[in-house]
Amino acid sequence: MTKDLRNHVLVLVVLLVLWQAVYLFVGDLALRSPLDTARAAFGLVRSEGFGAHLRETATAFATALAIAIVLGVAIGFALGMNRLAGEVGEPLLVSFYSLPKITVYPIVLLIFGIGMPSKVAFGAIHGIMPIAIFTLGALRNVPPVLIRTARVLRLGAWQSAWSVLFPAARPEIFTGLRLGFSLTLIGTLLGEMFASQRGLGFLLMQAIGLHDTDLIMALTSLIVLFAVLASMMLLACDRALRHGS
Amino acid sequence: MRHAAILRLAIIAAIVALLELLSRSGVISRFVAPPPSEIAVDLVRLLTSDRVQAAIAQTLSKITIACGAAIVVGTALGVLIHRSRALAQTLSPYFGAYYAVPIYAFYPLMIAIFGIGEAPQIVIGFMLAIVAVIVNTINALDRIPRVLRKTVAIYGMGSIEASWNVYLPYAGPYLATGIKLAVAYSFIGVIGAEFIMSRIGIGHEIVFAYNNFDNEVMYPLILFVLLVAGTINGLFSAWEKRLLGRRSRS
Repeated sequence: MTKDLRNHVLVLVVLLVLWQAVYLFVGDLALRSPLDTARAAFGLVRSEGFGAHLRETATAFATALAIAIVLGVAIGFALGMNRLAGEVGEPLLVSFYSLPKITVYPIVLLIFGIGMPSKVAFGAIHGIMPIAIFTLGALRNVPPVLIRTARVLRLGAWQSAWSVLFPAARPEIFTGLRLGFSLTLIGTLLGEMFASQRGLGFLLMQAIGLHDTDLIMALTSLIVLFAVLASMMLLACDRALRHGS
Repeated sequence: MRHAAILRLAIIAAIVALLELLSRSGVISRFVAPPPSEIAVDLVRLLTSDRVQAAIAQTLSKITIACGAAIVVGTALGVLIHRSRALAQTLSPYFGAYYAVPIYAFYPLMIAIFGIGEAPQIVIGFMLAIVAVIVNTINALDRIPRVLRKTVAIYGMGSIEASWNVYLPYAGPYLATGIKLAVAYSFIGVIGAEFIMSRIGIGHEIVFAYNNFDNEVMYPLILFVLLVAGTINGLFSAWEKRLLGRRSRS
């Protein structure tokens, strides 16, 4: 544990040094030093109006994540509990997962209009596929003996899904959720960047348009910080799930 | 297997037919989306005219450069990082968080460093693609069983010979996964960057058409991107599957 901590501190130090070095190389035009960025980030968090943008993004992200988890797990179970459905559906899921979804964003906008529903839809679109694919894979890896036991006990589809398959597949489903979390976050932010009047993504796009480097650096570093911390926490949960049970 | 493929095609055909029906009957208004058949016809017309050819050539060559560089550099970095277990373990949560970061936020920085032009878009595509390659290279090397390493030691193979004859054939399918993702991410990166700011390229054309409500250009171009990305992805998936199949036979 202490060794882990030391390694993370080292990574942090190396990143800061690299950042400072790039700053010295590029200059003030499009980059700020780590210290200035921290100052700008503090200023941003304290500033009026930031709370409203943050709340907007948090709401959109939470809604999108909830939709992605529910639909993703549901699709995964629907395809994972039936052999033929899995064989038919998996390649479709995988190919949809790897398409550049940003190109279909204008279509999402035309359907949902500019505002909250578009962001939520775009975030959810990013998150559903990895969660569904991992759930499907997790169900496929459930030991056959458990499935046979469920059959012997004459459990219905719902019962066996809830009390046998889900607990057995939980660690791998969680790995999918971890990936889905990151992708839903980027999906929501991208949605805000390209068409929105509120939210962190909108602030970022506005800052890019105005060449407000302070704001760009502050926002980006806050988002990166949140993403890294959340990812570390989820990874720790992931490990606990795998080794704890 | 055959059965499943036929069923899959039938489902896709049914979805397209449904969209066609909904659009023709007016449930989906023409303002939102034209029927699929018209999109296909428009695409053919667009491709045979020379209106977007320069943009397509530009975008595809940017993607090729970004993707190729990401594969070469990413594989090299992956091999280096894998040498130290502690380093690989420490970096793994950062790699996990990497794809939650809006890389496009660094676009102004890229423009400041590389100038306006095509280089910043290539760098964005490269930055998105490279981490997928690194992660999958580490993953592939992790999966090489100890017995193979011992065999290599027993035969006294040099590291190049061992990599070529033993490690690469074993880790091939996992490396192929990384390459496949690199293609997808460089598409996303380059086209996304063109969305934000550029004067030429498919992404620019799509945004331009969107801003002008020009569905006759926007939808065919979106279809074109999806078709190209889908085809390349399908080819890589088939390759990946063949590599895996060959390994399980031997």
